[in-house]
Amino acid sequence: MSAPADARPAVEEAAVSAPTTTLAAEQAATPGAPPVAARRRGRRLTDLLLPLGVFAALLGSWYAITYLVLDERRRFILPAPHTILTDALFDQPTMDKLLPALWRTVQVTFTGLAIAIVIGMVWAIAMSQARSVERALFPYAVALQCIPILALVPLIAFWFGYGFNSRVIVCVMISLFPIVSNTLFGMQSVDRSMHELFDLHSASRLTKLRKLQLPAAMPAIFAGFRISAGLSVVGAIVGDLFFKQGQAGLGILLSNYSSRLQGPELFLTIFVAAGLGFAVFAVFGWLGKVAVGRWYDQSRDAG
Amino acid sequence: MSAPAPTAPPQRTGAAAAPTRVLRFRDVAKTFPDGTVALEGVDLDVHRGDFVTVVGPSGCGKSTLLRIASGLSPASAGLSEVDAQRIGYVFQDATLLPWRSVRKNVELLAELHGMSKTATAQAALDAIELVGLRGHEKKLPRALSGGMRMRASLARSLTLDPDLFLFDEPFGALDEITRERLNDELIRLFHAKGFGALFITHSVSEAVYLSTRVLVMSGRPGHIVDTFEVPFGADRTPELRFTPEFAALAGKVSHALREGHS
Repeated sequence: MSAPADARPAVEEAAVSAPTTTLAAEQAATPGAPPVAARRRGRRLTDLLLPLGVFAALLGSWYAITYLVLDERRRFILPAPHTILTDALFDQPTMDKLLPALWRTVQVTFTGLAIAIVIGMVWAIAMSQARSVERALFPYAVALQCIPILALVPLIAFWFGYGFNSRVIVCVMISLFPIVSNTLFGMQSVDRSMHELFDLHSASRLTKLRKLQLPAAMPAIFAGFRISAGLSVVGAIVGDLFFKQGQAGLGILLSNYSSRLQGPELFLTIFVAAGLGFAVFAVFGWLGKVAVGRWYDQSRDAG
Repeated sequence: MSAPAPTAPPQRTGAAAAPTRVLRFRDVAKTFPDGTVALEGVDLDVHRGDFVTVVGPSGCGKSTLLRIASGLSPASAGLSEVDAQRIGYVFQDATLLPWRSVRKNVELLAELHGMSKTATAQAALDAIELVGLRGHEKKLPRALSGGMRMRASLARSLTLDPDLFLFDEPFGALDEITRERLNDELIRLFHAKGFGALFITHSVSEAVYLSTRVLVMSGRPGHIVDTFEVPFGADRTPELRFTPEFAALAGKVSHALREGHS
C-alpha cells in the first residue's frame, strides 16, 4: 500500500473538523458574546424555574379551592396540601398501613412486568420468524388489547381466587400488548439489505436473530418496556381495587379511604401510586438509555 | 463459504496459464413473477484481475444482474456460474450495524464465517489499515462521514479476501470529491489484491475510470448492448479524467448508452 493513500483519510477528517475549530476560535475572540457555558447554565436555570412556577400556581389554586370555594364540611373532597403531610404522611398509623400496601403493590407490579416481558418477547420473536406464525398469533395480541380487561377481572377472581396470583395475572394482561407489538415492530423494521448481508454469508436463523434482529429491535423493545412499566402499575392497582380482599395493596387502600371520606389519606395514596408509576417508568427509561443510548437517540421516540 | 451458484454447481475449468474465471453468465434471463422481463440473453465473464463495470440507466436491470451473480436471487433461465471461494458484496448503502463499532462491524463477516477470534481480529485490523480507517476503530457508524462508512463497508468485505467482488452502485450517494477519492482507493485495492470485480454504476466517468472493461446495458428487457475494453493501465491518477483518450472513450460509452436507450 502506498504512502499517499495513507494520508488521504486524515485529509477527509481535517476537512470535517476544520469549520468547528474556526467557529470556536471566533466565539472566543468576540468579547461581547456570552460564553457558551454561561448561556447553557442560564438555560438550565430556566428549565428548573418554569416548572417550579407552574407548581406554585397549581398549589395556589389548590389552596384557593380548598379555602375559598369549598364549604368547611366538604373540605375532605380536596384537603389542603399541608394536611396531606400532617394528617397522612406524618401520621404513624396511616404510614403503617401505607408502606406494606406499597410493598405488596410493588411486588405485584414487578412480578407482573417480568412475566409480561418474558411472554411478550417470546411471543413477538415467534411471530417474527415466520409469516404464518404471525398470522396465527397476532390477532390474539390485538384481542388482548381490545378486550376490556376489567370485564375479565371477576372471572380471574372466580378461577384463581383473590390472592397474589390473580393480581399478577391482571397486571400481565394489561401490560403485555405494548411489549408484543413493539418487539415485533422493532424486529420487522430491519432493512432488507441488512437481511441480505446476513443471507449472503449463509447466516443461520439463530445467528440473524442474535446478531441482527434483536439488537436492531432494542430501541423499540425498550420503548415498549417503558409503556408497559406504567401499565403494570395500573394493572397492579386495578386488580387490587377490584378484588377488595386478600392482601391489601394500594388499590384496596384507595378504595377504603374514598369510602371512608379520608381525604388526606386518599390523596397521599394517590401520590404514592403516581410516584410508583413514575419510578418504574424512569427505571426503564434509564435501562433503555444504558442499553441503546450509545448508538440510538431516544429523544426521537414519543414515549 | 460455498459459492452460491443457484443454477449450477461451481466447477474449476480453464488452462493453468489463463487467469481464473470467477463468474460466468451464459444467456441469463430473469422474469419476475408479475411477468416483467428484467434481463434477457446476458453473457458475461469475469476473471481474477478483471474489473468489469456495467453502466446503464436506472431500472435497466443492472442490480438484478448483480443479485443473480451473488445468489440473492435465482436466474429464470440460462447459466450463471460462480467459481469463487469467497464473494464480497458491497451494497448501495454501507449497511453497517449502528450498535457496533467500526472494528466490530468489520469483523462481522469473518465472525459469520466462523473464523477464529484471533484470525478475525487480525483480518479486521489489516482491512481497516487497507482502507485507511486506522484510528477510527472504536467509533460508531453514526460518528462517521458517508465516505468513511463506505470504507468500513469495503473493509468488512476485504476481511474475507474475496476472489469476486460485487459492487451495487456503492458510491452513488456520496459527493463527487469523496467519490473520486474512493475510486482511487478502489483501484489501488484492486491492483493490490487482484480480485475479479463486477461493478454497477450509472456514471460513465466512474465506469471508464475504474474498469478494465465496460459493459453498456439497456433496459426493457435488460441486455448488454456494447462492450468496451479500457486500455489504461494500473497507474491511473485523477488527471486521467482530463486526457483526450479518456474523453474519447467516455464519449463512445455515452453514445452507446444513448443509442441503446432510444
